[in-house]
Amino acid sequence: MNQVYIIGAIVFWLAAWAVNEWLVRLKSANRLVNRTRLVAVPLLFGVAVLVVWEGLVRGFSIQAVLLPPPSAIWARLVSSIPTLWADFRQTFLKAVVAGYVIGNLSGFVFAILADRVDFLRRGLLPVGNLVSALPMIGIAPIMVMWFGFDWQSKAAVVVVMTFFPMLVNAVAGLAATGHMERDLMRTYASDYWQTLTRLRLPAAAPFIFNALKINSTLALIGAIVAEFFGTPIVGMGFRISTEVGRMNIDMVWAEIAVAALAGSLFYGVVALAERAVTFWHPSVRGG
Amino acid sequence: MRWLTEGKTIPVLTIVVVIMIVWYVGAVFMNAPVQRDMNKRAKIEPTTAEFVEQTWNQPKPILPAPHQIAQNFWKATFGVKVTSRRSLVYDAGVTLSSTVLGFALGTVLGVLIAVGIVHLPTLERSFMPWIIASQTIPILAIAPMLIVVLAAIGVKGLIPKALISAYLSFFPVVVGMVKGLRSPDGLLLDLMRTYNAGRAVTFWKLRVPASLPFLFASMKIAIAASLVGAIVGELPTGARAGIGSKLLIGSYYGQTIQIWSALLMASLLATALIVIVGLSERLTLRNMGARP
Repeated sequence: MNQVYIIGAIVFWLAAWAVNEWLVRLKSANRLVNRTRLVAVPLLFGVAVLVVWEGLVRGFSIQAVLLPPPSAIWARLVSSIPTLWADFRQTFLKAVVAGYVIGNLSGFVFAILADRVDFLRRGLLPVGNLVSALPMIGIAPIMVMWFGFDWQSKAAVVVVMTFFPMLVNAVAGLAATGHMERDLMRTYASDYWQTLTRLRLPAAAPFIFNALKINSTLALIGAIVAEFFGTPIVGMGFRISTEVGRMNIDMVWAEIAVAALAGSLFYGVVALAERAVTFWHPSVRGG
Repeated sequence: MRWLTEGKTIPVLTIVVVIMIVWYVGAVFMNAPVQRDMNKRAKIEPTTAEFVEQTWNQPKPILPAPHQIAQNFWKATFGVKVTSRRSLVYDAGVTLSSTVLGFALGTVLGVLIAVGIVHLPTLERSFMPWIIASQTIPILAIAPMLIVVLAAIGVKGLIPKALISAYLSFFPVVVGMVKGLRSPDGLLLDLMRTYNAGRAVTFWKLRVPASLPFLFASMKIAIAASLVGAIVGELPTGARAGIGSKLLIGSYYGQTIQIWSALLMASLLATALIVIVGLSERLTLRNMGARP
C-alpha cells in the first residue's frame, strides 16, 4: 500500500515535469496562450511539490510530529481560522503596519533632511550603510523591555529595521536626477520645494519603492522574531514558538502558510502601487 | 582644508559624537525613575551631578551608558578565558561557526542551482518564480520548527543552525548568480561563437568570469543574512551558547548590559565578515585583471 503512494508521487512528478518541458518549448503567436503558459508552469511545479510531499510522507509513513502532509496542514488551517485570524491581527495589522508606516516615514523625512544638508548626508550615509548590514533583529529583547509585551514593542523593532533601508535608498533616489533636468527646473525659476515635488521625488520613486519592497519582508520578519522574546498570548511568532514546544507541527505549518500568504500579499500590494506610481519607468513600461 | 569640507571623516565623527551625547542624555532620563525610587528607599538625597552619575552606573539599567557596555564587552572578551562559558569570544565562535558553515552551504547550493537555471529553461520557468516569491515570505518563522524537528530525529548542535543560515543565504546567491551568468551580452556571446567555442568553454571562459562581481555582491548580502539566521536559530530552543542565547538569557534576567554587549559583538562580527568578503572580492578581481 505504501509503495503505491511513493510510486504515484514519482509518476506525478515525472508527468508534471514532462508537461512543463512541453509547455516551455511550446511556441505560440497568441499572447493569451503565452501569458497562461507563464503562470501554468510554476503553478504546476508547485502542485507537483505538494503532491510529492504528500506521497512521500504517506509512503514512508513519516510521523506527523516531524513533517505533516499538506492535507493535514490544510485541515488544521481550515479548522483553526479564528486563532489564526487573531494572531494575524495582533502581529500584522497592529505591529507590522504601525511599525512599517512609522519606520518608512521617518526614514523618508531623514532622507530629505540629509539631502538638504550636505554635511548630514556625508555623515549619515556611511553610518546608515553600516547599520543596515548589522543584525538589527538583536534589538528585539531591548524593545520588549522598553515598550512592554504588547504589539508596541514589535512595532518599535519594525521601525528600527525599516528606517535604514529607507534612508539609504531615498537618499540615493534623491541624487538620481541629472544636472540637465535640474538646470531645466532652474530656468523655470522653480524653488527648492517645486523642484523637489515635481522633479526629484518622482525620479526618486523607483528607489523609494525598492526600499518599501525590502522593508515589507523585513517588517514581517522583525515582528515575528520579536515575539520570540515575549508576548501576550496571541501573535504569529508566539503561536509558532509555543506550538513547536507542544509538538503541534501541523499548527506551526498552518501559521507559516498564513505568514507566507501575508508576506506575498503585502509585497504584491507594494508592487502594484509601484506600477501605478512609476508608470513612466522603463522597467514598468517594458513589462 | 579640502578634507574638512569634502571628506566623510568629519561628518561621520560628528554624527557619532551626536549619537553618544543623545545616548548619555537619554540614559539619564530613562534610568531616572528607577534611580529616584532606589534613592528614596535608601533615603539618599544626592545632588544633581551625583544623581546623573548614578543613572550611568546602575547594575540593571533600562538604557545602559556606552561606557558600561564597553566595560562589560571588554571584561567578557578579554577578562575571561576564551574557553569559558562566560566568554563572549566563545559565544561569538559558536555563532560564527554555524554562520560560516551555513554560508558556505548556501553559496555552493545557490551557485549550483543558478547554473542549472541558466542551462535548463524548464527549471527556470518552474523554479524561478518560487525563488522570487519566497523572498517575500518571512522565512525566519521556520527556524524554531526546523530546530525542534531536527532535534527529534537526532540532529543537534551546529547543523540545524547552519541549515537556517544556508536557507537564508541561498536566495540572494541564486538571484545574483543567474543575473551574473546572463550578464554577457550578444556581442560577447557572438565572439565566443566565432571562436567555435562550445557551451562548456563559453561557460568557463565567459559566463563565470562575468558573473563574479555579481556573486560577490550577493555574497555580501548572504553573509549578513547568514549571521541573522544563526542568531535567530539560537533563540527558540534555549541553546546554551552563542550570541542568540546571550540575548535570550539577558532578556529573561533583565541583564541589559549583557544584551547590549552581545549586540556589539554581533555588529562587529557582521562588519568583519562583510569586510572579509569585500577584501576577497578585490583580491580575486585584481588577479583576474579587472580594472578597479
